[in-house]
Amino acid sequence: MNPRLRWRKFVSAFMLSMTGVCAAVAVSALFFILGYLVFHGGASVNWNFFTKLPAPVGETGGGMANAIVGSAKLLFLATLIGVPVGFFGAIYLAEFSGTATAFVVRYAADLLNGVPSIVIGIFAYSLAVLPFKHFSTFAGGFALGLMMIPITLRSTEEFLRSVPVSLREGAMALGASKWKTIATVIVPSAYRGILTTILLAFARVAGETAPLLFTALGNRFWSPGWRQPTASLPVAIYNYAISPYEDWHRQAWAAGLVLLGLILVVNIVARGILSRGIAVSRS
Amino acid sequence: MATTSTTVPSAGPFAGSRSLLSRLRDGDEIARVITFLFAASVVLITVLLVFELWQGSALPRHRFGLDFLRTSVWDPVFDQFGALPFIYGTLVTSAVALLIAVPLGIGAAIFLAELAPLRLSDTLEFFIDLLAAVPSVIYGLLGIFIIVPLMREFVQPQLKHFLGFLPLFKGPAFGLGFLTAGVVLAIMIIPYIISVSREILLSVPRDQREAGLALGSTRWESTWKVVVPFARTGIIGSIFLALARALGETMAVTMVIGNTPIISSSLLSPGDSIASVIASQFKEATGELYTQSLIYLGLVLFLLTFILNGLARLMIVVTSQRGSGTVHA
Amino acid sequence: MKRTVGIVLVGLGLASFVLARATLSITGAGATFPYPMYSKWFDEYHKKNPSLEINYQSIGSGGGIKQVTEGTVDFGASDGPMTDEQLKTYQDKHGFGILHFPTVLGAVVPTYNIPGVTASLNFTPEALAGIYLGKVTKWNDPLITSVNKGVNLPGDDIIVVHRAESSGTTYVWTDFLSKVSEEWKSKVGKSTAVKWPVGLGGQGNEGVTGTVKNTPDSIGYVELIYAESNKIPYGNVKNAAGVFVKASLTGVTAAASGAVKAMPDDFRVSITNAPGKDAYPISSFTWLLIPAKISDAAKRDAIKGFVSWMLADGQNYTEALSYARLPKEVVTKEKKALSNIQ
Repeated sequence: MNPRLRWRKFVSAFMLSMTGVCAAVAVSALFFILGYLVFHGGASVNWNFFTKLPAPVGETGGGMANAIVGSAKLLFLATLIGVPVGFFGAIYLAEFSGTATAFVVRYAADLLNGVPSIVIGIFAYSLAVLPFKHFSTFAGGFALGLMMIPITLRSTEEFLRSVPVSLREGAMALGASKWKTIATVIVPSAYRGILTTILLAFARVAGETAPLLFTALGNRFWSPGWRQPTASLPVAIYNYAISPYEDWHRQAWAAGLVLLGLILVVNIVARGILSRGIAVSRS
Repeated sequence: MATTSTTVPSAGPFAGSRSLLSRLRDGDEIARVITFLFAASVVLITVLLVFELWQGSALPRHRFGLDFLRTSVWDPVFDQFGALPFIYGTLVTSAVALLIAVPLGIGAAIFLAELAPLRLSDTLEFFIDLLAAVPSVIYGLLGIFIIVPLMREFVQPQLKHFLGFLPLFKGPAFGLGFLTAGVVLAIMIIPYIISVSREILLSVPRDQREAGLALGSTRWESTWKVVVPFARTGIIGSIFLALARALGETMAVTMVIGNTPIISSSLLSPGDSIASVIASQFKEATGELYTQSLIYLGLVLFLLTFILNGLARLMIVVTSQRGSGTVHA
Repeated sequence: MKRTVGIVLVGLGLASFVLARATLSITGAGATFPYPMYSKWFDEYHKKNPSLEINYQSIGSGGGIKQVTEGTVDFGASDGPMTDEQLKTYQDKHGFGILHFPTVLGAVVPTYNIPGVTASLNFTPEALAGIYLGKVTKWNDPLITSVNKGVNLPGDDIIVVHRAESSGTTYVWTDFLSKVSEEWKSKVGKSTAVKWPVGLGGQGNEGVTGTVKNTPDSIGYVELIYAESNKIPYGNVKNAAGVFVKASLTGVTAAASGAVKAMPDDFRVSITNAPGKDAYPISSFTWLLIPAKISDAAKRDAIKGFVSWMLADGQNYTEALSYARLPKEVVTKEKKALSNIQ
């Protein structure tokens, strides 16, 4: 084997193992965080946690039932607002628009993405709280939905574009109209990436505190309907973590663990239900 | 990658100019209009946001004007406000975060897409995606409890020992500061790079890889010189996402950056960033000039993001002249 | 299957709109310092009045003032009294005024971490001001050693820690420093957030506590509760009568009693550096901000009912959570002031 080839093979083996190291670093960061949360908060994740309302400091047996339900409602609304805008907007960019419009829309999405979460909160406050003179679950969901839009839009567009030309041309050759091609060929073949994006956006907003402080505010009690302030896991974590009480600290870690657990469950369920076993990638 | 915008020519008896009504009956036109409305709403929201920021910062804009961008004093008691230290902090922490996260992220994505068996890859991806779900408050707390002491006791003294001659590593090691904030940010943004890049790499057609291998390249060469460039725009898109996250991150940064509005060439120095100071001070800010100056900072960050995005896009366009595939900025 | 799931989801969604309850919900927001106390109070009160839910959220004193002025919450809470300007803004906006009701008292203590020093250090106001101005830079500065005979203080640099974000604690601390140091008053001033001449920022009382705990030769200021529950050393401060007092609940209540004579009818008073030999000099009230006119009769009665309870039974819960109770004179005065809420 000539020396140059040996060198190239060595480089190849080295670089590829380095990528393995990168992956290991990334994954171990997550396991470390998980481990820390389990260690500090694991003991507090009990039946009470899921079913009881918060108890005042010093009393045991309190839980975060209202925060869990509150987060679920907020995220549901956020997804309802953020995903369609991002998804259909991305379809426009990938399939219909000219380069100039696409440029403007992408730029706008990137700018929106860079806005600090607290500024989004202030923005949502002036649009959804001030005119109605009260904090509400709706305002919170609106703020979170706004944050989901740019991630969903940009990445969905990338995945739509990554569908090979051959598939599009095949559909056209069969006489399908544009929207039919999109609905039955392009979106399904890019769906894995799109789902990943939506789940990523979902995960992102699930952990946001700042936008909720000025919109959903928080609630020690149950929040019926959509027009009352509501508790949420990230805000509960924030409030408990900065308090001087050990018991509340443990509950904060427990809440962090539960939040991660819920995201994991949503991930699994979403992939499970929506999986249609289409193997297009890695072909 | 070839461009993908194709229009289906109108076939049939209504080819050529058509009335609005008949065009609307065509599913394509409706689809176009509906999706356009959604895309337009994104621009509308952004414009509305800028408008609100503009309105909400009227007082300091009239009082300070563009000097706001040049002055470094932030004094809520005597009503002196300047944005420079925060702009500096935002740029430095984001730069550090990207320098760490991009190589790590792309490396990991390559591993997950090219080397790992699909099952393993999917499982690992699950976990990496969870990093995006960790609340920023928890990142901040972990930063305080773990990363700051680690930095102060171990990493920073080592950096000073070996690289202390550089102005980058001068000054006392507090643990809090630009470097620590950058590291925490890096962990927070890495899932975006890995997740999206991995999917994009997975979607690169197999024949591309095989073509490279057929020509005698090693596995690495085929990956790095053929597959990755093919997926370039997607990967860069993921970096845009990550950058945006880094620029706007509030809670985690504010807990580990030291909250001192100063400009220092040392990465070990405490500092502050725009998002961090807004989060810190907005809730309690009283007085119109103070509150509005914080909103003015938000506007400045917007401008910063605008410029950074523009520069990055310019760079893509310039470097793609010789690259493979067309580029859409 | 998917269809039934869909129907169930839609049903749940509609139900969430329709779920009506007979409870009265009142929302308040503001200061973070009294949050543990208020959450205890509102829970206890809810147990006594199950159809009443008072939901208090800590978004900061400034936030409390802002939101009650905007009318998005029914009452506010603040660690620092509203300024004349803020009162005027409220009046102009609503056509009636807003009232302050002190609830509990708190203390801010100087906490430190000096290797080898376990004793409770004495601090004069001049020393504290000097340290935070950046003029007293070493632990063995005469200003510190002269009042701490017998303690072996090192010649190390002092690392100053302050609050990163705006907070009521900072307000109290800087209020005290402004009273005892002309230089501080003219150079830095008092506010929830100031331009600190020196020092690192820690986020929240927790952040300052943590930074001080982990940084040798550092000094910081935190609410008493945090120093106690984290078991970190905190110093004695010389009060206006010349006595070095260690912060305690009695010392804080003494400061309030000392200031009662000069207390205005609207309760907006600073009690830092209060007269009296037992008074702890860095103490403060925290207030509920209640509109003078509440049009909803049910809400008005509920709020007034709560305040009466708070002034009586409520005060018995304070010590257990390390808050100081209101002195008797203030309680009497407040009971009378309740009638001002129309």
